[in-house]
Amino acid sequence: MEKLLGTETVKRGMAQMQKGGVIMDVINAEQAKIAEATGAVAVMALERVPSDIRAAGGVARMADPRIVEEVMNAVSIPVMAKARIGHIVESRILESMGVDYIDESEVLTPADEEYHILKSDFTVPFVCGCRDLGEAARRIGEGASMLRTKGEPGTGNIVEAVRHMRKVQSQIRKVSIMSDDELMTEAKNIGAPFEILREIKRTGKLPVVNFAAGGIATPADAALMMELGADGVFVGSGIFKSDNPEKFASAIVQATTYFTDYELIGRLSKELGSAMKGIDISKLAPAERMQERGW
Amino acid sequence: MITIGVLGLQGAVEEHVNQIDSAGVQAIIVKKPSQLNEIDGLIIPGGESTTMRKLMDRYGFMEPIKTFFEQKKPIFGTCAGMVLAANKLSGDEKAYLELMDISVKRNGFGRQRDSFEADLSIKGMEETFKAVFIRAPYADGVGVDVEILAEYDNKVVAAKQEHVLVSAFHPELTGDDRFMKIFIDMVKASLKEADLKIC
Repeated sequence: MEKLLGTETVKRGMAQMQKGGVIMDVINAEQAKIAEATGAVAVMALERVPSDIRAAGGVARMADPRIVEEVMNAVSIPVMAKARIGHIVESRILESMGVDYIDESEVLTPADEEYHILKSDFTVPFVCGCRDLGEAARRIGEGASMLRTKGEPGTGNIVEAVRHMRKVQSQIRKVSIMSDDELMTEAKNIGAPFEILREIKRTGKLPVVNFAAGGIATPADAALMMELGADGVFVGSGIFKSDNPEKFASAIVQATTYFTDYELIGRLSKELGSAMKGIDISKLAPAERMQERGW
Repeated sequence: MITIGVLGLQGAVEEHVNQIDSAGVQAIIVKKPSQLNEIDGLIIPGGESTTMRKLMDRYGFMEPIKTFFEQKKPIFGTCAGMVLAANKLSGDEKAYLELMDISVKRNGFGRQRDSFEADLSIKGMEETFKAVFIRAPYADGVGVDVEILAEYDNKVVAAKQEHVLVSAFHPELTGDDRFMKIFIDMVKASLKEADLKIC
């Protein structure tokens, strides 16, 4: 009875257990406990939520390990943490701490502008952002066990997450009906590893779970992303930047499970107080757009 | 015609549905307690037990599932489902559905870095079964009426008590449907028994 750790099934399986759930950004034990109590399937331990990272400027790095540890000790649900794109050592540190999932994230300032981490080298599973099928397939090729749309983090504006989810889904549909001899050219055109594209064509879906992230601010936003085919949602600044985090968190969890029960979502949305103040993406300078990070 | 329901609040719902489908049995996703009346067996899937617990409370699943259990209809809990089915949880956590006389240690095998695969010997199966354990629980106490189906490292990871089946691992994550067939057979047997009673 040999014990195999960190296999592809075990890493991808962990994300499958998160499906239909909400993963919430938290910055301390108190927020983590609120997230757990309101039904989050996991928390993302951070030093600052994305909207504050935007406001603070400067270089955004992996969170202080003390914060990550504090969150890990506070809750029994899985704890994720972010490492900079290409920052092998930040990822190894988080892995050594026993974090359950690492997000190689464009929300932080990239450490490498050419290469992502070879995630298949790690025992801990990784989630990565994507804007289209090529990017999704490249990350899977590097060993990502879970994907999420990039959206535009910290804006409270759903438009980019919608764009990215629609793009991925429509490209999957396109690949599914392609003839075998068209596939190599498609792989070349979108920069996707051929074997992964072939698997997507064969099964009609991504081989890993794909969540929505980057701009979800209300229960209706979460339900919209589920309607568009997301397996679950990440809510970053949306919860703890709202007027009433507990109510918001609980409402988003319920709206994600019952995403086609519009009467319920209407009821949940009543008397929630204000959502986070959003940002018009077109007002962001290109350099401020986090989604352009990653290659 | 038998129908198996998969509790669809959160977790690996689709994976169970696919495995039931491919065994030639009808599967439905249960999102409302009233749907329990349409099914002959219920699966509580893997996922986050704390999340499922919250949603089951809020949407009134507790009593209807207990009634379902009292009607002797089969229930199968995998991973989070095993945690929810236990009579007792170690530590100070309160047990939930209390359907089986076992005490369960949540995340007993550890965090994600301790998640693993292993070839498991399961009672009644000739060949070993590739079992996938993800932040998995185990039973650290088992009542006398509970039949132990599998152990790993001297820890109980699959068990059966009358019409309730639990596994700490995820049979739905592999292409091997032998464990699911144990449950399907339990559902078939319970229907046969119910038929006999009517006669």
